[in-house]
This record gives sequence, C-alpha cells and structure tokens, in this order.
Amino acid sequence: MSEKILLQQGRLIDPKTNRDDIVDILVVNGTIESIKQSISPQNDYKVVNLKNKIVAPGFIDIHVHLREPGYEHKETIETGTRSAAYGGFTAVCCMPNTNPAIDDESLVTFVQMQAKRVNGGIVDVFPIASVSKGREGKTLAPIAELVGAGAVGLSDDGAPVFDAKVMRRALEYAKMYNVPVMQHCEIPELAHGGVMNEGKVSTELGLPGIPCVAEEIMIARDLILAAYTHSRYHVCHMSTAYSVELVRQGKEDGVQVTCEVTPHHFTVTDEIVRSYDTNTKMNPPLRTQEDIDAIKEGLKDGTIDVIATDHAPHSLDEKEVDYIQAPFGIVGLETAIGLTITELVDQNFLTLTQMIEKLSTNPRRIIGKEIEVKEGERANFTFFDPVLEWKVETAAFKSKSKNSPFNGRVLRGKAIGIFNNGTLLLY
Amino acid sequence: MGLKSRHLLGLQDIPKEDIQLILDTAVSFKEIINRPIKKVPTLQGKTIVNLFFENSTRTRTSFELAERRLSADVVSFATSTSSVTKGETLKDTARNIEAMKIDMVVLRHNAAGSAHFLSRIIDANIINAGDGQHEHPTQGLLDMYSLREKFGRLEGLHICIVGDILHSRVARSNIFGLQTMGAKVSVCGPATLLPRDVEKLGVDVYYHLDDVLPKVDALNVLRIQLEREAGGYFPTLREFHRFFGVTKERLDKIGKPIAILHPGPINRDVELSADVADGPNSLILEQVQNGVAIRMAILYLLGTQN
Amino acid sequence: MPSKQTLIDAKGFARTVNRLAHEIIERNKGAETIGIVGIRTRGDYLAHRIAHKISLMENISVPIGSLDITLYRDDLRGKINQPQLKTTDILYDVHGKNIILVDDVLFTGRTVRSALNALMDIGRPASIQLAVFVDRGHRQLPIKADFIGKSIPTSFNQQVQVLMTEIDGEDAVCLLQEGGND
Repeated sequence: MSEKILLQQGRLIDPKTNRDDIVDILVVNGTIESIKQSISPQNDYKVVNLKNKIVAPGFIDIHVHLREPGYEHKETIETGTRSAAYGGFTAVCCMPNTNPAIDDESLVTFVQMQAKRVNGGIVDVFPIASVSKGREGKTLAPIAELVGAGAVGLSDDGAPVFDAKVMRRALEYAKMYNVPVMQHCEIPELAHGGVMNEGKVSTELGLPGIPCVAEEIMIARDLILAAYTHSRYHVCHMSTAYSVELVRQGKEDGVQVTCEVTPHHFTVTDEIVRSYDTNTKMNPPLRTQEDIDAIKEGLKDGTIDVIATDHAPHSLDEKEVDYIQAPFGIVGLETAIGLTITELVDQNFLTLTQMIEKLSTNPRRIIGKEIEVKEGERANFTFFDPVLEWKVETAAFKSKSKNSPFNGRVLRGKAIGIFNNGTLLLY
Repeated sequence: MGLKSRHLLGLQDIPKEDIQLILDTAVSFKEIINRPIKKVPTLQGKTIVNLFFENSTRTRTSFELAERRLSADVVSFATSTSSVTKGETLKDTARNIEAMKIDMVVLRHNAAGSAHFLSRIIDANIINAGDGQHEHPTQGLLDMYSLREKFGRLEGLHICIVGDILHSRVARSNIFGLQTMGAKVSVCGPATLLPRDVEKLGVDVYYHLDDVLPKVDALNVLRIQLEREAGGYFPTLREFHRFFGVTKERLDKIGKPIAILHPGPINRDVELSADVADGPNSLILEQVQNGVAIRMAILYLLGTQN
Repeated sequence: MPSKQTLIDAKGFARTVNRLAHEIIERNKGAETIGIVGIRTRGDYLAHRIAHKISLMENISVPIGSLDITLYRDDLRGKINQPQLKTTDILYDVHGKNIILVDDVLFTGRTVRSALNALMDIGRPASIQLAVFVDRGHRQLPIKADFIGKSIPTSFNQQVQVLMTEIDGEDAVCLLQEGGND
C-alpha cells in the first residue's frame, strides 16, 4: 500500500528551479509525483493544508555540534537531529570536535549510521571530518579515506588550522576530492585568553577581549593560500565587518571562497554581555553594531553565502559558572528561522528567496548535496510560516541543552514541519 | 533614603545620590572609629561571610574590622582557586552559604563578573571586594572619600590614574565613580597596559607623565604587578620606573602640590618613589583609615535595608 | 484629619526651659561638673536652649554635644525608610562628668536606651541624668526621667509634638489625636 500525501496550496519557493508560486504537491511514497496549480484530493490522500505557508527545499545547517561521541551529556545525534527537525532543518553537517575527534573513517561511518537509526532517519547528517589528526593542527588527517566514507567537508572547528604550512597542504589535498576546507579563523596568540569582543564593552567589564583582527588576519592569510593553491576555502562563522570586506574582495579576485554567518552574529552585539550571562559567551564573540550592519550588507549583496547556526550545546552545569570559566557557544537550530526572518527578511535585507538560498541552496551546493523540487525527486521540504509570532522558551527546546541568550525573545517566523526520507513531520 | 540596590557590585551603574549617601554616611563612621570604643551594635545578629578566593590581606582585614565594629558575626573564608575547578567552587560555595542562612557576602574572586554571578544565584546582599579585572567598588569609594576629604569636593577635580590600567579593577571603579561625581579622569601608562577603546569611557589618555602632571589635582598610582614584565607588556621594570614612576623630582618640577593616592601595597621605587609615598601630599594612610569607614557605611546601608 | 490641641504655648515653653535649667543646677549644686548631650534632632536644640540658660545663670560655659542614636536603634530593620545617619558630635571628654541627656519626648524608653548605650561607648561619665520636655507615659523599658518639663497623660494612639522655632518656626507642645510617637 502506498502513502499519498497532498501538500495543498503552499507557496513553493525553490531558488534552484526559479520557482515561486502557490501549488499543490502530491508526494507518493516519499517521491514527488506531481506539482500543479491544483490537484483534486482523492480518498486515499492525506491532505495537508499549507495555505499562507512557505514550502522550501529542505534547509540544511552546515555548522552544528552534535557532540557524539564523547560529550553525550551536552547533546547526542538523536537529540541534536530532533532539535534540527523541530528547527526546520532536514539536514545538518556535524563538526568533528568530538571525543575522539572525527579524524578516522570508522567515526564518519558511525555518525552516519547513528543518524539513520534515530528519529526515523528524518534528518540527514553529513559529517565534516577534521583537517588534521586529532584536530591538533600538525599533520593531515586521512582526507581521502574520510571523504570516501562520506565526509563532505574538512574542518578543525573549535580551533584554527594555525600552521600556514599545514593549511596549505590541507587546501591542496582537499582539492583532489573537491571538498572545502572550512576554517575557524582565529590567530591563537591574539585571541589568547579572550572571552568576548575586545572594545569599549570589554574594557568596561574588565573581561579579556578577542580582537577582531584575530579573525581578519587569518582570513587574509587563508585567502592568499586559497588563491595560490586554487583550492576551495570556506570561512566559518564570520563575525566582523572587515572579514566581510576581505571575502568580498577575495570573491572579486576570483578566489574560490565561500562563507557563513550565524544568526546571533547578525542579531546581538557585545552590549548584551553586560549581564555577564554566560549564554552570551561564544566564539567568535558577539561584536558591534557596525559589524552587524556590515554582515547584513554582506548577506544582501551575496558576499555571505550561508546562514549556519554553530549550534553548540553545553549543559547547564557547564554554563552556570563565572564568565571566564564558562565554555563558548550557544544552541541555535531552533531559533535560526525566527531570527533570520525577524532580523533579515522583515528588515528587507533578504527576500524569502534569498533566505532560502542561504539556508538551503547555497550550503547544499558547497557540500555537494544539492536538491531540486521537481517531479520524480525525493520529497525534501521545509515548511514554515513567515509571519507567525512566537516567544522563545528554551525549556521547550528539543535540544538536550538550553544555552541560548534568546530565551523570552519574541520572534516572527517559525518552521511548522519538514518532509524528508519519506517521513512527514508536522509539529 | 537608602541605596537603590541590594548589592554593591560595581560603581558603573550606581546613581550619584547613592555615592553621595555612602560618602556622607562614612563621615559618621569615621567619627566612630576615632572613638576609644570603636564599636556600635548596629548589625547585631547579622552574619557576614568574607569569601576570598584571592589572597588579599589588606582588603579582608579592612572588611573584617568594619564588620566587627558594627557588631556583626563574621566568618572569613579564604580559599585558593587553583586547587579546584574554579567555577564549580564558587557555585557550590554559594549554595552552601544559602543553606547556612548568611545575610551578607563579601566576595573577592579572580573572575570578572563573579559578584554578578553570585548575586543571581543567592539571596544574601553581595558586596564586591574585587572581581578579576572588573571592579573594586569599595576601593573606588574610599579613594573618592579621601579626595573629598582633602579637597572638600569631587566635582571639577582632575585625577589621573597612572600605570597598569588594563588589568586594574581599581582603575575602572575610579573612572566610573569619579565621572559620576563630576570629576575629570585621565589615564597615563604604557600603551600596552591601556585597555582597548579606553578613551571611549570619556577619559583623556596620556603616554607621558610629564604632559599630564601640570593639569591634575591628584594622582592615583596603581600597583604594577611585577609579572607584567615577564608577560611582555613592557621591556623592563627599570624602564617603567624611569618613564612612568611617580618621583619627587618629577613632582617638584610642577610647582604645585599634587595629592597622591595608591591602593597598596606599594612597590616602592617602581611605580612610586619612597619619598613621595611618605611625603606631605600622600593620602595613602588616610586611604587605609577611610577604607574602614567606607566599608562600615556600605555594610550599614545594605545591612539595615528593609 | 487628626485634631490638634496646643498644650504649651510659646510663653509656657520658655518658662519650662527655665525651670529645667534651674532644677539641673540645683541637683548638681552648680554647673561645674555637668556636660549636656542632646539626642538628635529636637533633643539637640532643647539641649542648646537649656545650656544657654545655665550659662547665663551660672556665668560659665557649659560643654554641649549632640548624639546620633541611629546605629543603636533596635528597630532599624523594621523601618520603611532607612533613617539618615548623622554624626555624633561630642567634642569634650565625657569621662567623670555628670552628663545631662536631653530629649524632647519620653515615650517607650527605647530611644533613651539607645542613647545610654551610645554614650557609654564614647566614655565613662560619673553619672547620666535624663531631662525630657514631655513625659507622655507608656514605658516599655524600666527608664525614668530625672527632670521633666511636663507630664502629659496620653493614649497610645495619640501623638505629642514638641515644636521648636529652629525647625518649625514656633515654640509649642501639641497633642495630635491619631498616629503615635515612635
């Protein structure tokens, strides 16, 4: 017996096929059977009314910390993918800063197997493997094997590949397998000991600062290396105005560079650190209004390709310490769509189409997992309501951790469900 | 009447009236500590914990004296942060304090924001006795008290803070407090020891001591941690002393008296020469005495709040 | 509106100060050994009036000081408004002196108790004698005045106001129907 689902009267926006119209979509056994202006429902159809809702190609978050193996008290592949599913993502890329680090094909395989086993396999997990063995930045991890096992990108995220020679080799080696090297940009000696953006606020609070140049210098170096090696380079969680400018210049110069920003870096400044709330501590740190303005401009003009959350769960006990002791990072999967619509779409920095590009089309292209919404393809959708107002309640998060500075904030726009791997999930 | 906050976490967000009230109240306590019997029964039945995660004999002694002179029950608890996981200790200790029904906590901790953190998780009044490189409000207040006593006012005074501003909680509390009271504040030190964007705090920045000396009424000379040399913030202590040391020779060139404050303990002949420290314009010993009066005032104002 | 009844007018007020001064001199066989301490705020003004009279009568200057009892109060935490702390200002040595402690109204006795403790912390007088302008009864502590301007029987809810030119623009003692002295 086949399962027939009729997605009725949603506004389908697919930047890849250049679509933006209100349609009925019939999905049979997880495959798109037909997309038409109107499809008459039959008795055996399950009908989903999507009037005034958006149907988009499934969103992907290419920067997520699932914490498994090694830090299961913060998050597991099961809880992390559930958080993704309820945040409106049909896929995530998980970062390799686990314990042990994902620097071996068995671990790449483990993550993918685990992802298929949990939550009915509704969320695809595409592992990012480490650049260097043990993420130590010294010698290359077995990149060919890692890619062979399913890794879609390489990163030592959490730490930079700080040795220029190692970075050069990583870029060259990764080029053979057409995967990007995704850099956590930070000059360790300049960032050393810092816990927030260096500037007026850090000076007032007496907290050691991380200067913007710690990020910018590494981006500049890497852009030169990427140009020199003709390799693909991706800047993770970019946070400063000059970083945006560097990438813009790099693109103009023909460097194969892409980049991402997180919702928190276009939403809040270092002013909110004044509370000493450890949920405002992340790396890179929250910057200034000028940085936010530049990031928004970069998103608008296409310099910034991707919105990714850097979802970084930590347990309450770990975060409930003084600011300097607290670990970096916040959870982001369940607030990403709301923040993007509230801060970018509603403020006319992005159209809905551009938003979908940055949450689906572009990141999928970067890791080589592109999809199209057309007949005969597997159904892979994110459904969201672009005007729904809701209040963030961290206690209700599906993530195992609740470390978010946005608790209590009212946002506009929310995912209402996803469809992937034959499973429809409506919340 | 009364302070607007239940805690004294820093001087940045304290309104002028509250600083005024603390300084005025301290006048009464200064009279008391000069009596034969230096004790009043005001805080009888209150229990105060001095929670010192960082060694500081002077500040702790000053607080203990102030507490005992107000007849509070005092428990002092000094512990090193290095032996245990730091954050955990503070939280666990805080929970223990809650359970022991303590009324007030005086906290010294090496992490900026620790007093804020403590005030969020427990119910007692919190007095920040120094949190990392953030604030040391009682020091700021006693400095202001000493200046007001000397000059009769704070408004319109020009004070320059000299030395390691970057790592100094005393500097921050002085800047915030003095500016609120209408004084002008400048800072002078090696560029490596001035925090980023410090001029955005409304202070004038000087790299040469001789440039600022003719303009000021008082200098607040900070203690230079000797390990900053090894940290690479300046080449040698000798060079620091030659270019940023406050010496009699330098001051004599100005032709007018400049009051000298120092939070102690002094590195004699590094940041401050001995003849200046012990000289006629030094307020250093007054500061020590005023410290007890200021702390009594704060304990009184917080401890008898409704 | 509370009703207000004047019990002592300006003339009576002056006579009462006079009488208190006389009684103090008589009891202490002159004014050589005495020091006067007024409890802030109204007791302090009264103390100055009495000291002035004594000085005129005995032709000597009588040492005088003011006492702030805030830090000795037993009701600090119950107060809705934290009282302003003023300075205690006794510039002479109380040791060996016969101290005349002056207050405007003697009521529960708690203020006097606080004042006694405060005085003892300053030094060791030979004796402490209590002079009050009005004794309105209702003692809660075993305290009695040595010199009383006027005894006024009151109910607990009434209020006795000692008005003084220095603060109120007139000298008078009034009885108010509602509220109570503290």
